[in-house]
Amino acid sequence: MKNKLRRIFADGYLGLVLALMYLPIFLIIVFSFSGTSNFSFKNGFTLDSYASLFSDSNQAESLLSALKYTLILAVSASVISTVIGTFATIGIYYLGRKIKKITLTVNQLPMINSEVVMAVSLMVFFGAFSFIFPQGMTRLIISHVAFCTPYVVLSILPRLQKMDPNMYEAALDLGSSPLSAIFKVVIPFLTPGIVSGFAMAFTLSLDDFIITQFNKGDTGIETLSTYIYEDARVKSLEPFWFAVFSIFFVVMLTFLLLINIKKNGKKETVKQ
Amino acid sequence: MTKLKFRFSRKAFAYPYMIFLLLFVVVPLVIVLINAFLGDDGKLTFANFAEFFSDKGGGLTVLGNSLIIGFVTTLICLVIGYPCAYFLAKYHASNKVLVLLFILPMWVNFLIRTLSTKAIFMALDVKLGMGTVMFGMVYNYLPYMILPLHTTLVSIDHSYIEAAEDLGADRFTVLWKTVLPLSVPGIVSGITMTFIPAISTFAISEILSSSKIFLFGDAINMHFSKTTNSFGVGSVMSLVMLFMVIIANVLVSLTEKKEEVKSSL
Repeated sequence: MKNKLRRIFADGYLGLVLALMYLPIFLIIVFSFSGTSNFSFKNGFTLDSYASLFSDSNQAESLLSALKYTLILAVSASVISTVIGTFATIGIYYLGRKIKKITLTVNQLPMINSEVVMAVSLMVFFGAFSFIFPQGMTRLIISHVAFCTPYVVLSILPRLQKMDPNMYEAALDLGSSPLSAIFKVVIPFLTPGIVSGFAMAFTLSLDDFIITQFNKGDTGIETLSTYIYEDARVKSLEPFWFAVFSIFFVVMLTFLLLINIKKNGKKETVKQ
Repeated sequence: MTKLKFRFSRKAFAYPYMIFLLLFVVVPLVIVLINAFLGDDGKLTFANFAEFFSDKGGGLTVLGNSLIIGFVTTLICLVIGYPCAYFLAKYHASNKVLVLLFILPMWVNFLIRTLSTKAIFMALDVKLGMGTVMFGMVYNYLPYMILPLHTTLVSIDHSYIEAAEDLGADRFTVLWKTVLPLSVPGIVSGITMTFIPAISTFAISEILSSSKIFLFGDAINMHFSKTTNSFGVGSVMSLVMLFMVIIANVLVSLTEKKEEVKSSL
């Protein structure tokens, strides 16, 4: 009986925290159907907010362009950092003890460092070498690769440590060249780590605000984050943004839930 | 002989990334360091340090305020988050989806979440200020506290708890003397994951206080904006921030080392 009460208290507490965490998200979604921005249904149920996404207003146009840049940036940054990260991890694994430790420590810097400091340092760096790094996408892609790759490396490294080194040697003994042994034996074995590293890099790049804000320069490139910041910060939140945020919440939450549930499901079948 | 050659070729895969790290992580930080010692005229000087540490531009005051706000935010997150992580580990360790629900908000853009809370506060006629900033910070950083806490709490060997119970400890003694000390690494890493972003963030305080409350991240941002253009002082502030990051991580690795020693015994 006492245990049951404790359990009810625990679940009640968890439920309360969860409810508070999701309340703002829930309210935004509900009132995205009101067509107002003051959280009332005085116009009744309407899809006006969503319709405004497809009007040919400046806002809708800017949003579309921001979405385009966000995706281009996220795809290129995550592909590049996955490729660099995969080979880097294989290389780092075989480095000498000391140099390996130094490399992994430097690799951790972008992860532990405060985002503002990283953003500022890259901005000053690009400014000092502006003749090599033109403003715009080049700078953004480089800076995104710089903060994403460490996560890729750290998601592949544990998998590599689990690999039986004899697998590589066996491939060589069977007449494979070192390079094809890497591509046909090592990399396929690392695939789960590579995939989760890629997903991580993609989400991180998609979500980034601070580093993009400092390094976008004045070429007019805006990503979703920076555009939201520029547009919605000063004005109060318009119905337009209610619709955008709702779509964002639903897409993002379903996407994340799905990959994670799939991942867990896979783990369990492996265990069985 | 041939084997040696293969070893070399595999190692070489790391070299491009090592150059990349050097170029885009180390060199930029070195440039910030150099900038901190350069005056407006491009000459070597300690004036930037003097300006920051004498609090002429109010930078030191902002740092003090940020440390206080960061401290309170972290404390609230710990007080709310620890029971969450504890109950999750105790009653729902196998329920991955529930645990995931507590972590997920971390991956939804913080600007969107912060602007949503602001809209709700405005609709409720809540005055924007310290209270709303605190709420926004806790709301944003709670998942970062729960995640490491949950990871450590779940991995605690249950036989320690049973042993404590067998030796006559009541529930609170078990929690206080067994679970809590064993979860110290999670607490430390949760504190770092909350405190460092909380003091250095910008935008959250700006949005939720209508630009009235100014934190260290906002201050760094301001020094590097085109209108102010005082890179020197901004660089000094970045170095101060970097210094705090390093201290926090040394603390984390110290507690982890201790644990390793303990578990290897």
